[in-house]
Amino acid sequence: MTEIGTTRIKRGLAEMFKGGVIMDVTTVDQAKIAEEAGAVSVMALERIPADIRKEGGVARAADPGLVEQIMDAVSIPVMAKVRIGHIAEARILEYMGVDFIDESEVLTPADVKYHIDKWQFKIPFVCGARNLGEALRRIGEGAAMIRTKGEPGTGDVSEAVTHMRAVMNEVRKVQSMLEDELVVEAKDLGVNVELLREVRVLGRLPVVNFAAGGIATPADAALMMTLGADGVFVGSGIFKSSDPLPRAKAIVAATTYWEDPKVLFEVSRGLKEGMPGIDARTLVELDKMQVRDS
Amino acid sequence: MVIGVLALQGDFREHADMMRSLGAEVRLVRLPEEVDSVDGLIVPGGESTTMGKLMVKYGVDRAIVDRFNAGRLAIYGTCAGMIVLARDIEGCEVQPHLGLLDVTVQRNAFGRQKESSEEDLEVEGLDTPLHALFIRAPVIVRTGPSVEVLARVAQGPVYVQQGRLLASSFHPELGSDTRVHEHFLRLAEQNSNQEV
Repeated sequence: MTEIGTTRIKRGLAEMFKGGVIMDVTTVDQAKIAEEAGAVSVMALERIPADIRKEGGVARAADPGLVEQIMDAVSIPVMAKVRIGHIAEARILEYMGVDFIDESEVLTPADVKYHIDKWQFKIPFVCGARNLGEALRRIGEGAAMIRTKGEPGTGDVSEAVTHMRAVMNEVRKVQSMLEDELVVEAKDLGVNVELLREVRVLGRLPVVNFAAGGIATPADAALMMTLGADGVFVGSGIFKSSDPLPRAKAIVAATTYWEDPKVLFEVSRGLKEGMPGIDARTLVELDKMQVRDS
Repeated sequence: MVIGVLALQGDFREHADMMRSLGAEVRLVRLPEEVDSVDGLIVPGGESTTMGKLMVKYGVDRAIVDRFNAGRLAIYGTCAGMIVLARDIEGCEVQPHLGLLDVTVQRNAFGRQKESSEEDLEVEGLDTPLHALFIRAPVIVRTGPSVEVLARVAQGPVYVQQGRLLASSFHPELGSDTRVHEHFLRLAEQNSNQEV
């Protein structure tokens, strides 16, 4: 019997992304540049986070027509974002056959209380998380992949670092917990105790965990890999820089050769100017995308 | 006997873990010189375009082809790895690949992710079916005369062997059934013994 949309198939696609770079694109041309640079997937959206941040207003899922054009233009998997809790935006993308859905805090949340019940979908979801509790709550809702939230559109990697370190640190704590401590920890985090047991056995999340939110240079990507990321998302960092293709290629190489300073030196040298950045510490709470859900 | 796993991108950790569980000595391969110390090489699942580009950029492709042609390497490719091994990729003349396995593959032959599936597969030489995961998987649309088909689905062959080359559209490394990896280990062992 042939089964589709199983948990293993959904999580399995995320496994195939590991060691790779997923790039935000807003046009067919950008999608082709991303594929040419060696991206493992592209995230199709209407505005990249830096512009959403600048222009303000309500950010919604992209025009399905744009997503469709990008799906037709590249052979690699295509992802697209939906607003948190927006079941209908997700159903449209599932119908179209998008390969992965990002239920994303980068867009304006549609539901301030509930996330999408992702078990109901045949295609996989990725969600953002700042710590182990958020990650396991999203996995409990059916997410097949996790990424750090970081602070999107800033070009400041510090928040992604904080989030990746938090997850890794909490995983290490869980590994040393006794069963009675684990039960209370599950209650405190608001997560399923079975999921927490799985983390204790594996010594990592039960799904692939990428870094996202503020990655702008090859060295940023290598840093996130060093901290234990399975791969990286680059949002504004590529197409807000002055020369996207060489930078995109360099970030792809840095994500593979993150342990090799010689390669990192070679690919980092001579890249033109990076995206203009915002120090994440200067953002007021209201401007932070990472606090839009928990 | 050392098994290398090409670790440019993809699910190389799962292949390495499965090989270690079978008692093999495993090394991750990212640079050309690292190819020279392995007797068997696994090209994992992942994105074939990404792997192909990195392989060419850092010269890993030449190192693999040279060692294979010198008779010192057995290779197993899964999914993207099958595409990387193939002689021809349908509709993609420019995509970098090794071209060792005399087949033509069609990428994403089942369709997009929502058509990805799992099923029990009858495999030549195995007593019981193998549970196979197909994830945006390729299918073989042409096989050369020296290629033996070990399993097929309605769309075409999905598991083939050509001497020291083995390739599957599906991902045994994501499950717990180690029979495909055991088969590859035997291939690599035979090849490494013949050299002596």
